[in-house]
Amino acid sequence: MMDTNELIAALSTDSIRPPAPGRALTLALIPGVVIAICLFLGVLGLRPHFLSLLSEPRFLFKLLLLDLLAALSGYLVLRLFRPSAPPRGAVLALAIPPVLLAFAIGAELIVVPAAQWGVRLIGSNSMVCLRSIPFLGLAPLAAILFALRNGAPERPALAGAAAGLFAGAIGAALYATHCPDDSPLFVAVWYPIGIAFMTALGAALGARLLRW
Amino acid sequence: MYDGARVRLDEREKEWAVLMRAGNAGDSAAYRRLLAQLTAALRAFAGRGLARAGASGADAEDIVQETLLALHLKRQTWDENGPLSPWLYAIARHKLIDALRRRGRRIEVSIDDFAEILPGADEGKGSVAADVSRHLGELPPGQRNVVNCIAVDGASIDEAAARLSMSNGAVRVALHRGLASLAAKFRSYE
Repeated sequence: MMDTNELIAALSTDSIRPPAPGRALTLALIPGVVIAICLFLGVLGLRPHFLSLLSEPRFLFKLLLLDLLAALSGYLVLRLFRPSAPPRGAVLALAIPPVLLAFAIGAELIVVPAAQWGVRLIGSNSMVCLRSIPFLGLAPLAAILFALRNGAPERPALAGAAAGLFAGAIGAALYATHCPDDSPLFVAVWYPIGIAFMTALGAALGARLLRW
Repeated sequence: MYDGARVRLDEREKEWAVLMRAGNAGDSAAYRRLLAQLTAALRAFAGRGLARAGASGADAEDIVQETLLALHLKRQTWDENGPLSPWLYAIARHKLIDALRRRGRRIEVSIDDFAEILPGADEGKGSVAADVSRHLGELPPGQRNVVNCIAVDGASIDEAAARLSMSNGAVRVALHRGLASLAAKFRSYE
């Protein structure tokens, strides 16, 4: 009934072209991030004196670190849209934020007396932090996975994990503008838990949703 | 001799990229010519892959068709500045592995239960064509009619629209959706 030549006739007649990776990701992220920002403003809100706090090195470092993580994981997601685009460089680049954080922890341990380390590490807001990153990251995760369905990831679970990491980083970057705990010790202990949860969730969803 | 083969490969690579870019820019004749050329390469690839896995070559055409559908539906993921064949073979490999995995599972779960009703030896290429037709038969009627009209009867978008009393836009959308559902049927067929 339908042989390969007939299939080719049908394929070459189909002129509808799905959006290119960058476009698909941007178009999906706009509503995803707008929802996350609305939830953020409705439930959490910016920290008081946000602008004047930007001169505070710990606060500024925290924001830049999470923005960098979001950018690098976003780049990885974009690579994973395409089959035959080796993601190795993009994966290696993800080591940059943890290395920067390690230096910041070193500096913190030198500057802050040992008696204060525990207090800084526990912070005042850790449970809110644990809940907020997934809460703010869910809409971006849905958006990124939706966009990735236009892609052809060779390893769907890996692409899903990258999507979860990206969404977790977006959630964390938003949450960081609310969170009063700025010490690198706090950031190193609590933020990764929420981000890792999102990464695992993304991997599980990706394995199911990103097959093609 | 070796250099000659290499020059031919380079030329083929260049031609494929040119045809694909033309296709992306809306030249459907160029795209059709490209798909015909890729089909020959994919047939060789699927045949080799099945042989290496110790599987029968009867499914080769099935894998070729599934790969053609995938590369068409994912053509936006090809980087226009790069060569086509690494991208093409990444998709072909993905589909081959998928087919082998599926086929393994299919045999594992079904061989004993269905021994009496397993098809006879005269099924070879025929069973493959039956698979595709079956997938086509499972599409919603709107999509199936459009795909049939264009693929089997060779109608253009305009002709299909006139014959099925649909608008051109509706035919375009039904064709695209039909091809996407066809790919999904292939994928879910365990």
